[in-house]
Amino acid sequence: MSNLKILLNGLIKENPTFVLFLGMCPTLATTTSGINGLSMGLSTMAVLVCTNFVISCIKKITPDMVRIPVFIVVIAAFVTILQMFMSAYAPQSINDALGIYIPLIVVNCIILGRAESFACKNSPISSIFDGLGIGLGFTMGLTILGVVRELLGAGSIFGVRLLPETCNILLFVLPPGAFISLGYLVALFNKFKKA
Amino acid sequence: MEKIKSSLSNMILVLVGVALIVGAILAYVNHITEGPIRTKAEQTLAEGIKKVMGSSDISVAAPEVVNERIDGKQFSFTIHKVNNATGQSLGSAVESTTMGFGGELKVLVGFDVNGCILGYTILSTSETPGLGMKAGTWFQKGNKGSVIGLNPKDGELHVSKDDKNGNAIDAITASTITSRAFLKAINQAYKVYMKHNKDTQTKQERR
Repeated sequence: MSNLKILLNGLIKENPTFVLFLGMCPTLATTTSGINGLSMGLSTMAVLVCTNFVISCIKKITPDMVRIPVFIVVIAAFVTILQMFMSAYAPQSINDALGIYIPLIVVNCIILGRAESFACKNSPISSIFDGLGIGLGFTMGLTILGVVRELLGAGSIFGVRLLPETCNILLFVLPPGAFISLGYLVALFNKFKKA
Repeated sequence: MEKIKSSLSNMILVLVGVALIVGAILAYVNHITEGPIRTKAEQTLAEGIKKVMGSSDISVAAPEVVNERIDGKQFSFTIHKVNNATGQSLGSAVESTTMGFGGELKVLVGFDVNGCILGYTILSTSETPGLGMKAGTWFQKGNKGSVIGLNPKDGELHVSKDDKNGNAIDAITASTITSRAFLKAINQAYKVYMKHNKDTQTKQERR
């Protein structure tokens, strides 16, 4: 498989949010606004690219029976590094909104899933592309969901007000709205994918 | 290169090796980010204190942590005494935490020497964006639910939905729980601040 194909595979054919249904917890919990969804997606992508690369590099020296603990240690290390850098250098508002979700990337099944199903079988370069593809697919899913929920629930997109406050449908920023919007988005995505 | 076998010694070596390398990397990253994280936290707090005291020409005394049992629960407050440039006391900025709708709500509120609310800012929150998140502006001066200038001495602050009399505040639309939590944080901060003031006064008198 060429690297471009691997990239597109993650973005469309195996989109983690709309097709594989992986990482549903951050998908539903963090997408209360477009910017939150986007930054959560990008943080996950950064971790995924790094872990995919490292795991692919060390796949030969990892005994099969202890590969899961080794993967988890590598993933946890990258997430902790990301968290430290974010609390030191990221804007305060993003840090406040995502703070509690960043440590949860460790147990995000997308990361461990890609390590198991792709990185430990393929070359480091392909693994980076797989991380980019799946990461972009996840970012795309989260951003779309965040934008839809923010528009319907708060009447704005990325903080820019488009609808008057009287048109807000409160439900969409609350948890049930996440499930409803996700359901409709999956239906739409599948329709376009078939066409 | 062949993939190494899952023998006991191999597994132990690899796991210990990975843990050691990762530990070393994390220690290094911690070392380089520790400074910026601390400066950032101090900066946020210093700016917050300036904002809630409504003056930028101030000197802040070392923070004092006060633990207080309220309704059977342990709460922790941090009091920052604030003086103006000439050394006169302006009051204090108090950090107070309560449970909001989505988690902890940490408020920094400034009181003058009589206990009047000078200003407030939200230090950390996990309220719902578009709803409870509005607490950052809703209770500010000139807005619908302004608490600035009120004194909890005249009765605890409460949402007008619960009781129309006394220090009744309009709750944030559709976020009554957040509003209650916010006002509770201010009431508790006030109590602790006044009690702390009395304590330090009696201590000084004894001397």
